[in-house]
Amino acid sequence: MAHYDLRVPFVEKGIVEALKAGDKISLTGTIYTARDAAHKRIKQELEEGSFHYFPLTGAVIYYCGPTPAPPGRVIGSAGPTTSYRMDPYVSLLVQHGVKGFIGKGKRSQEVKEVLKTHGGVYLIATGGAGALLSTRILSAKVIAYPDLGPEAIFEFYVKDFPVIVGIDTHGNDIYEIGPSMWLNTLQKNPLNPSER
Amino acid sequence: MRYIETELIKEKVQETLVKINFEFDEGYIKVLENAFMREEAALGKEVLKDLLENAKIALNEKIPICQDTGMVNVYIELGQDVTLKGRPLHEAVNEAVKGAYKENYLRPSIVEDPISRKNTGDNTPAIIHFELVSGEKVTIFILAKGGGSEQICHVGMLSPHQGIEGVKEFVLSVVKEAGPNPCPPVILGVGIGGNFDYVAYLAKKALLRSWGERHPDPFYADIELELISRINELGLGPGGLGGKFYVLDVRVATYPTHIAQLPVAVAFNCNAFRIGKIEI
Repeated sequence: MAHYDLRVPFVEKGIVEALKAGDKISLTGTIYTARDAAHKRIKQELEEGSFHYFPLTGAVIYYCGPTPAPPGRVIGSAGPTTSYRMDPYVSLLVQHGVKGFIGKGKRSQEVKEVLKTHGGVYLIATGGAGALLSTRILSAKVIAYPDLGPEAIFEFYVKDFPVIVGIDTHGNDIYEIGPSMWLNTLQKNPLNPSER
Repeated sequence: MRYIETELIKEKVQETLVKINFEFDEGYIKVLENAFMREEAALGKEVLKDLLENAKIALNEKIPICQDTGMVNVYIELGQDVTLKGRPLHEAVNEAVKGAYKENYLRPSIVEDPISRKNTGDNTPAIIHFELVSGEKVTIFILAKGGGSEQICHVGMLSPHQGIEGVKEFVLSVVKEAGPNPCPPVILGVGIGGNFDYVAYLAKKALLRSWGERHPDPFYADIELELISRINELGLGPGGLGGKFYVLDVRVATYPTHIAQLPVAVAFNCNAFRIGKIEI
């Protein structure tokens, strides 16, 4: 499993396709938050042709609703939320050019197919590490739907934002590979009873 | 008879809510450190490392442990020899939530209606359970619980013939279905008995137990240990990325039930285990 430093948005051709489930990546560049309520609006606006808040080509969307920024900080705690609730929107977004999604938790078979067909990647950030992840966000501003509060779209400029590849463009899923690799290791070298 | 001002309860609840959003209790930190030292799977170990570093950053830089600062669950055990003075207790608790969340930049995560979904802006209302107990003390447990782990809690109305094996199978199937979604490593509360609503309460309340405490009945204490082993043997690991530690503890709570019923409930708590206890 490789480690890459990558720029976002993903503009270079072939970058996403080169990634493999389990690879570690440090992201630097601009990403956009969107969770449940923002997705509902983005869908509506894309269908009406009125969406204009950020360029979707090569974009990476972060499933995140941060805590408010206290005085003197760029943003509060900002870890990933569970991704499956946004599964129904992945196809539409990928068809509009979005290349990556950052979240945590399982995705549907349909999402895997879409990522494979259109060339997109699902990235995983550590769930429960919102304080740690916030230290990698250098600037933050609300660019759409301020009335949604924590569910507004934030533009984050991140530096060395740590993620791993969850689902790659070949349909590999780290949530299947990781546990089965560990179980194989155990089969070869069982744990001492005291180590269980 | 003892008089207690609800204003005092408000102050204590507010203080506790602020504390638990930035600082894990020592017992839990030790459990996480132990898991980190013993985890052997590379990706799983990395998750535990992140969580320990996260806890340090949260405390030192005063950034909430998790962006999902939770819906506030409050369990009030009210001694029946206590007379409360001042505004109604539930109002005092909600006032505490409002103060804690607004003044400390904690995320408001509650919508006022489940369908129209407008954010209340101050994380109120809390879910408050009242229980009358003997004596003249008030004990309050607080759980700031994230949406991800709450969303996959389950109640199963099993048939009595399924027995303890049925209960274990139900818990394991719920865990397999949950996989990485509830931010493992998790703490599991398992309710057995009661009825449809009470079993969920039992499971949630079991989460509040102290580290190292087992069910007082040795039969259920063994079930807890067996479930810990069998769940971790699934190999899901921290973050669901593979490894030894998916669950850090299983806490069973039981209650008498109807001759026709075997209710079971599984309550997950994510790794952001924010729990507080107040005794007045």
